[in-house]
Order: sequence, then structure tokens, then C-alpha cells
Amino acid sequence: MRRKEDRRFVRGRGTYVDDVQLPGMLHGAILRSPVAHARILSVDTSAAEAHPKVRAVITGETLAERGLAWMRTLSYDTQAVLATDKVRFQGQEIAFVVADDRYAARDALELIVVDYEELPPVTDPALALSADAAVIRDDLDGKRDNHVFDWEAGDAELTDRVFASADVVVAEDMVYPRVHPCPLETCGVVADMDPVTERLTVWATSQAPHAHRLLYSTMFGIPEHRIRIVAPDIGGGFGNKVAVYPGYVCAVVGSMITGRPVKWIEDRSENLMSTSFARDYHMHGEIAATHDGQVLALRVRVLADHGAFNATAQPTNYPAGFFGVFTGSYDLRAAHCAVTGVYTNKAPGGVAYACSFRITEAVYLVERMMDVLAYELDVDPADLRMRNLLRPQQFPYTCATGWQYDSGDYPRALELAKELAGYDELRTEQAEKRERGELVGIGLSFFTEAVGAGPREHMDILGLGMADGAELRVHPTGSAVLRLSCMSQGQGHQTTFAQLVGEELGISPDEVEVVQGDTDQTPFGLGTYGSRSTPVSGAAVVLVARKVRERARLIASAMLEVSPDDLEWEKGRWFVRGVPDHGRTIPEIAMAAHSGLELPEGVEGQLAADCVYNPPNLTYPFGAYICVVDVDAETGQVSVRRFVAVDDCGVQINPMIVDGQVHRGLADGVGMALMEVIAFDRDGNHLGGSLMDYLLPTALECPSWELGYTVTPSPHHPVGAKGIGESATVGSPAAVVNAVMDALRPFRVRHADMPLTPAAVWCAAHGTPFRTDRVD
Amino acid sequence: MTVNDETYRRTVEPRLLLVHFLRDELGLTGTHWGCDTSNCGTCVVWLDDVPVKSCTVLIGMVDGRRVRTVEDLADGAELDPVQQGFVACHGIQCGFCTSGMLMTARWLLDHNPDPSDAEIREAISGQLCRCTGYENIVRSVRWAAGHRGTE
Repeated sequence: MRRKEDRRFVRGRGTYVDDVQLPGMLHGAILRSPVAHARILSVDTSAAEAHPKVRAVITGETLAERGLAWMRTLSYDTQAVLATDKVRFQGQEIAFVVADDRYAARDALELIVVDYEELPPVTDPALALSADAAVIRDDLDGKRDNHVFDWEAGDAELTDRVFASADVVVAEDMVYPRVHPCPLETCGVVADMDPVTERLTVWATSQAPHAHRLLYSTMFGIPEHRIRIVAPDIGGGFGNKVAVYPGYVCAVVGSMITGRPVKWIEDRSENLMSTSFARDYHMHGEIAATHDGQVLALRVRVLADHGAFNATAQPTNYPAGFFGVFTGSYDLRAAHCAVTGVYTNKAPGGVAYACSFRITEAVYLVERMMDVLAYELDVDPADLRMRNLLRPQQFPYTCATGWQYDSGDYPRALELAKELAGYDELRTEQAEKRERGELVGIGLSFFTEAVGAGPREHMDILGLGMADGAELRVHPTGSAVLRLSCMSQGQGHQTTFAQLVGEELGISPDEVEVVQGDTDQTPFGLGTYGSRSTPVSGAAVVLVARKVRERARLIASAMLEVSPDDLEWEKGRWFVRGVPDHGRTIPEIAMAAHSGLELPEGVEGQLAADCVYNPPNLTYPFGAYICVVDVDAETGQVSVRRFVAVDDCGVQINPMIVDGQVHRGLADGVGMALMEVIAFDRDGNHLGGSLMDYLLPTALECPSWELGYTVTPSPHHPVGAKGIGESATVGSPAAVVNAVMDALRPFRVRHADMPLTPAAVWCAAHGTPFRTDRVD
Repeated sequence: MTVNDETYRRTVEPRLLLVHFLRDELGLTGTHWGCDTSNCGTCVVWLDDVPVKSCTVLIGMVDGRRVRTVEDLADGAELDPVQQGFVACHGIQCGFCTSGMLMTARWLLDHNPDPSDAEIREAISGQLCRCTGYENIVRSVRWAAGHRGTE
């Protein structure tokens, strides 16, 4: 089915936040720190305030008077809204100017004078914990170091024992560099505090409007019924639009001070330098196996760079996200990981960029380790994987770190990928080309994700259980409105969720209006990230539609004067069992619900229902990817010739949209593996602050993707669906890197870190690899 | 200047960027603002029949010239073939790059009615999409090339 949302987008009629224009609206701009670590001695705003078009200048001091200089992050840390004492990363927010137009607001920024006393920046996470490192978070009571948390998973003792008796142990250090989700639409807000009604309306790039409303309510002391958050069309999110950013808070305060709506839209540099980055995991992996290639155990140590404030967005009990699923797709005897989070003088964030709460890092680690092991054992990486993959009969499977995988047929997916790729022929071609000195690489990855957070007994964000709501009302003539707590950023919710209702009620999806993103109009729920819309909201939609269907049955029984038990459902209508002609359609029933018909008990006069879905478990999509690269030995240039992706996301609701989601993630993988990195120099200067420095893949770097699917339904989702939004982002980087390493086999290169730029590849091949995540 | 065949006379600051003029002064919000550095291409419009990145065009440079935006692609209710192609082939996800992609695609097909995939990729290589991995955008343009008759 074609997408319902496209008719507005092809005409340029989408409504993004920056398209919102309100009468009397003012514009905000943020003054940001040019240095990474410094004490603020003074902030002089007098010249800016004198600018004829400036209506307000807000500083940390202004906010402190209102108790708003600091805000709570999604990880129970605090983050400066506007700096008062120190700046802690380059690009940190210092002052907010409200002016008549966006150009004047920018002009006024240049009139603000800030005196800094520079402090030594901490940019290397490995040095952040050394005794002589400057303490970044001296705002926290008694804080004397840059340590954030220690977290572990798995059985350390058992893992050590398995390692001690293993034939082969291989270790590798690898960095998953800091990258950025970089949606094409930057973050932004229009805040309107109505001085008369005292109602706050916020149009925002928000993947989680209900969570944002609660955050604003606690922050500003405004009760929730007087706050309305509206997420209009969102130009891509990928986890970048989960957090509440300082600019949003400042726009609200700006509106409170001026009594007028205030718009703040960040520019690209602000987006790249200050909003939620992703990854920055510095990993030491060890893999234990037998001589003949049976993998026994994994042991991992991670140093996690969280930046200056711990603002990762993830369930409370999971400070390293779902990294604990690093056992991947293999049957291991034991596994253990220990993660240490540290503060550095960099922007906050960490969980973003379609990472499924850090399963990207976990998959990258295990899939790289599998190739490192294959290198040492000199076996084919596909054979090594096939030998160790979980078997279908092992599901439901509890992995060594305690996650219960719901369903899967892994060997089938890998076989299909090999078949689509022509794996054996590719190996033959590779061998021939190697003879001639040409470099072809074939890389595999096999991933398992855990998505659809989550059972609220274990999973919450700031105490809010990760359930989602749905409300469905069938209008008298049989069309319907569905209200959801999740929020599309391009995934096509208006189409897929209408399809689910259409399927369950037997009405056309075109007659189902999907409402999302407006807290005044939708039920409470935690929003869209971590591939949770289909597993959680999708389930809520199916269940609410089935509730409506059951209600329709009661009404039909009154209409037909039979017992509800005598009715049978066929798509779109209830009929009397054995008398197929004697039935009532959903539109007929909906009209009757509003008529003079005497309604049966339990039906109050309309055809509607609501529901909250609390998932019993996560869903576990998986896939097998094969990437083929050609590497120019002279320049180190990598080109991705082919990419074969076999995904299994259970039952697909809209295969066209599933394809699109996979395409997107594969491009992410090419970008991260070959191009994208946010590096810093020794002084803490951000080296990826524009799209000239932070390189994203274009149509020229991406091949024509080759997709395949297997379908293994989730046993606990009402239609057997699993999430697909992040699978390819999670699974593809390792395939690309494995392919490049495979190409470099003649140079005896076992590992080199992303991004594998021409320089990085050339240096790795010539025995002088360098760290891609910093420039000294 | 003319925008979509309408003539406009305005007195504005010369430093105003064309993208902001179109969006904020004329309310033509189909053209988007994504990067400032001519990299993302969400702001592509036609200036005298040539696609340009309107975030890098000062309003002073368009005095007396012709601008065409995405709002002018459809002929009333009838969508341009490139618009139809993007719908038919799922060339759109979040929609933010779409307007710029459509303007470039229309220009390409006007000058090369039957482009190869490589030529399509080359033509849109100055524009970014974060959602589609480009595959379906290429298919959409190809679809439009095969449906010229509906224009």
C-alpha cells in the first residue's frame, strides 16, 4: 500500500517545526562556548540588550533566578541549560537572545562579551580517570573524578573459567567512534506561553511528546493539563530528537518573559556540536574458542565516553543500554562485560542514531570478534558463523547474559544471504583477483536485536514504564480515528497503523485517520525510538481494534437479535453462524451504536475503545548481511560494490516500508564504516561541526541494495511482528568493516577502526594504523 | 523577481538568504533549510531554470530573476511525473529532502529524458537523504522517466 503521508510531502505541504508561524512570533539564538573547558568569569549582555531588535537576553543567571539553570537528564544526571559556573564542552549554551527576526538574534550574539578562564580539557576517555585529570563535574557534590558509572552483565567467574581452559583466545581493541544521527531537519521548537490562559504550547521536534510534557511540567512547575506538546512532521529523528535540549527550555523562558511565541531552530553546526551524539565506545574484546572453531565465550571491557553530562536516553536499569546482548547470535557457554562510563569535555548524549539502545555497539563487537577469530583460525568467516549460530529448536533461548530471544531461524537467513550474494563465486573471484594484486573484500555480519522496550516491570525512563497507548473510535458512518502515543519521524505511521486497523476491522485503511504527536489529542505513551513503534504501539493498535471488534459484536447481536455467541466474524462484518446473509458490517454497526437501538449491557453508545500495551518481552529481529568491497591498493579508497541484506522482522505489515527502513540503515552502515566520525583535537575542538567535515554518504557511495527476507513470527506480538527501524543500522557497519579487513588480508591487517577513510585504510595496510577518533 | 510565475517586489536586507525569503517572506515552506554549507540540498530551487542551493544565494543576487520551487511542480490536481514517481516507488520517508530531490529530478529529466541509474545518482549526489539510502529515490526518478506521457 502506498503511503498516506506522501501526498503532502510531494507538494511541499508538510508542516515541520520551522514551518510553524504564529502572530507576533519572535526568534531565538544561542551563544555557545568557543572553548571546551573554562570557568566563566563574566557575561556582559548590555550591548546585546541595547540592540533595537532584541526583546530579551537570557543568561544562566536569569535562569538561576527561576531555578532553571540546570535540568534533569534522562539518566538522572543534571545538565546545564545555560552555563553559570563553567563551560564543559565546545558549543555549550551560554546565553539566549530573543529578537524580532532570526538574523537580528544572530547579530546580537556577537555583542555579548564572555570572559573565560580556560581549564585543561579532558578529551581522551582513557585519561579521564587518571588522578591528575581535571574534574569536569565539580558542580556535583563531592565529585573528585570523572567517573560516571560501572555496570556489568554476565557471569565473570564462569567466563574466566571457560577462557582459562579454552584452546584459543584472541583479543582485540576496537573503537566505535563518536558519530551523530544528523537528521536532515535539525532540532527546533516554537514555544508559546499564553500569559492569559497560562497555557504552554510547545511545537517541537520530539520523538516522545508525552515524556517531554512531563519533563516540562516538572521543570517549570506547570501542571500537565496546562501544557500541550505538538510534534508536527519530523524531518528524521534517529534518536536525535528524544532529549529535551537547552534551546527548548530557553525558548519557553523567552516566551514567558516576552509574552510572545518564540521560535528557536538550530543550525547544522549546533546540531552536530551540541545535540545527542552516538556511540563513543572504546572496547576491549576477547573471544575463546576450540581449535576447530567452536566459540565458547566472550569477555568485554568497555570505556564509554558520555561527554560532559550523562544525558543518555535509555531505560533506567540499563546505563549501558542493551549492550548486554553482545553475545549476539551464537550459542556461548559464558559471557561477561564490564562497562565504565566517564565524563569528558564533549557534548552529552550517547544513545542515538538508530542504535537500539547500544545494540549497534554490541553487534559490532561480536561480529568483529568473529572475524578476528576466523582470521586467527584461518577459516572462512561464513563457515565459522554457521557452525556457531543458534539453531531454530533452541528458541526461546536465554543467552549467557540473561536475555530471552523470542524466535529465530538463523541458519536459514545466513544460507539465503549466501545464496543471494553468490558467496562461493565471490570467493573464487576474490582469489583470482588477489593473484593479480587486486583487492576485493567480502564481509559478513549476523545480528540479533532486542527491540520494543519494554516490559515495564524492568524498563522505564525516569520512572515512566515503557508501555504505549492507543484509542480507536469508529465514526457513525464507519470511518475511524486512531490516536497513538508514538510519533513518526518518517517511518510512515499514518499508513502502517491504518493498515493494522483496516485488517482487524475490515475497513479501508484510507478511512482510518491516524493522530499522533499532539499530547492534547493522544493517549499517554513513551514515543518512538529503539524500534519500538511496531512492537509496542503496533500491538496496542491491534488489541484496541480487536476490542472494538468485540464491542461491535455486542451491538450486532442486539441488531440481529441473537446471542453474541452465535455470531461469527468475517473481515468487515459479524454474521449469524450458519446464516451468512444475516449479518451487519462495521459501518452498519457503528451507525447503530449512535441510533435508537436498545444497546446491550457493556455498550454505552458509541463504537470505541482504548488500550495500553505493556509488552511481555522484547522482540528479537535478526539478519544476515554480506558486503562486497573493492579497495584501491594505491589510494586506500573503498567502494562498496554490493550489499546483500537478509532481514527477519517477523510478520511484515507494509513490505514496501520495511524495504525503505532497511535501505536507510544500510546507508548508515556505509557512512559509519567509511566516512562518519566526530573527532576532537587535544584542545577539545570539535572537528566535525559541519557537513563539510562530518561526511555523510551520498547516492554515489551507496550501491543498489539487494534485499531478502525470512519470516519468523514473534510468538508474543499479536500479529507476530518485530521492529525493523534500526536493524540495518545495527547490522551493517560490521559487514562493511569485515569486508574491508577481508580485502586487506594480503597485508595481514586484522583490525582497523572506523571510519575506514582512504587514509585510514592506506595506513592500516602499510602497518601504521592511526586512531580515527582524535587528532593530536 | 518572479517566483513560480508570480512577480514580487519587496525591500529586504540584501544579506537575506533566498531560502529564508521564500520561506519566511513568501510562506513557501516546501523549500527547506538543512545545513548552511551547500551540502545537504534540502533547499534546492530553480534559479532561471537551473537548480541552485537557495541557502547559498543572497536575495540581492536574484533581483529581476526567476525562481521556481516545489510548490510549482504540480499542475493543479495533476502531479508532475516525478512527484508521482516518488509516491509510487516510496522515494519519501520523512519528506525533508523530498522537495530538493524533486526539483533536481525534474531538471535532470528535462535535459536527459532517459537517464541511467548512474546518471541519476550523479545528478542527486549533491543532495543528502538520511532515510531512503537513495535506492528508492533512484527508482522514483526512473519511474518518472518511464511515465513522461502523464506530464
